[in-house]
Amino acid sequence: MSQRKRSRGSGFSQGDDGDEDFNLSQMPTHSQVQRNLERRSQDQVNQKVSELVQFLLVKDQKKIPIKRADILKKVIREYKDVYSEIINRAGRILQQVFGLQLVEIDTKHHIYILTSDLPRAEGENLHQDNQTAKLGLLIVILSFIFMKGNSAKDSAVWEFLRRLRVQPGERHEVFGDVKKLVTEEFVRQKYLEITPIPLTDPPEFNYQWGPRAAKETSKRDVLRFVAKVQGKDPTFWMSQYTEAEA
Amino acid sequence: NTAMAAQMTDAHRRFLQVLMSHGIMEGSEARKLHRRCCEIHKVYYAHDKLDDFISIINSHLQPLFMQIRKGVSEGDGRAHYALVNLAETEITKMASDYTENELELFRKTMDLIILSENGFASSTDILNLADQLKTKKMKKKEAEQVLKVFVEDKWLSEKNGEYTLHTRCIIEMEQYILSNYQDVARKCNICHSLAIQSQICESCGIAMHLPCVRKYFRAQTEPRCPQCNDVWSCDIP
Repeated sequence: MSQRKRSRGSGFSQGDDGDEDFNLSQMPTHSQVQRNLERRSQDQVNQKVSELVQFLLVKDQKKIPIKRADILKKVIREYKDVYSEIINRAGRILQQVFGLQLVEIDTKHHIYILTSDLPRAEGENLHQDNQTAKLGLLIVILSFIFMKGNSAKDSAVWEFLRRLRVQPGERHEVFGDVKKLVTEEFVRQKYLEITPIPLTDPPEFNYQWGPRAAKETSKRDVLRFVAKVQGKDPTFWMSQYTEAEA
Repeated sequence: NTAMAAQMTDAHRRFLQVLMSHGIMEGSEARKLHRRCCEIHKVYYAHDKLDDFISIINSHLQPLFMQIRKGVSEGDGRAHYALVNLAETEITKMASDYTENELELFRKTMDLIILSENGFASSTDILNLADQLKTKKMKKKEAEQVLKVFVEDKWLSEKNGEYTLHTRCIIEMEQYILSNYQDVARKCNICHSLAIQSQICESCGIAMHLPCVRKYFRAQTEPRCPQCNDVWSCDIP
């Protein structure tokens, strides 16, 4: 296994792209893949499928989005020529056995996440305690962004959090380095997207939902959450309600 | 074999997803989860059929070299369920998750734990390993962080500044440990499973898990070693 930065505490830039990735012109066609399959033993291909399933599960438990380049380098290796078959089978197994869907959230850089096919159950503690608290904070931020019209300036987000006694400068009892959690970990996990606003000095940033947030929750859920917290009906916020129900 | 023929339902899938996110679950938690999953997905539920329910899941996990395995905690003697890899050639699940030198630190920590008398390695001893790593040296501060992560991820558990293997780790790696530490790893004389924490007979050297000691000596007025019959010198927990 090569040296690979852990998700904890070692950010990698948002501008990561698949340098080592498959060149589109190199991708075998479906019929080529079928021919290549015949050259390999069933057992060997099945073994690769299992390895890929395990690899995807482990990565996803940490909420680390999975890059195709990593899949090819660490799991597929010399079976590149039947890659599409392996990943399709892995996807089917994930669905049939685990109820998980393999979703490509970035079709340009080929990045995947796993989402659950099963509806989230009320009161279900799916995550470990540390994770649950972080997700709580995340939902609050996502709600704020949605209620602000799907995009909010960093100053607004942090002012909002300050009112909840979550401050970037201080070490938070539960979240630790909050600034890092929000601007690095949540971004890396594709829950948030933070982009610089051009021509601002000092630099300002725009906070939006990341592709994983869009896949794992919905505007409707988030609006319901806000409504519940404020003790109002979701229709109180007509424009958000319309958008959420669309 | 009726288990093979039985289909996975969403109840099974939900159970598997939740177990996976916890890594390991205590028996009563697992039973509660079993019930909830069957309720949510309106699947037939019988309260004493958790093991059958799990067998169905296992029959579908087997081709993936994975399994839900039951093991007993060395601390409280309670049954726990964990999702494990069946491949015993390397620390497979960990390999995808940690860097080379983190894995090396873990392996060396595991050495210390298994070779120790009481199944624990002190924080000091582990941190001293950090700058001797062959793959890439680690500063003590970094090693402390890595240890914290191992505990969070349930590979190690910590008590009073000392570290032992987490129940989840033991369930997952029992075969790996028994084959790779063949001459050193102890097996409990009562239940014959791997014993990391144990009490040892001073006379003949057999080992027993603490919960096994408790159970075995419960009825006896004068605790004697089951192997050599000498008086059992350790305090009964």
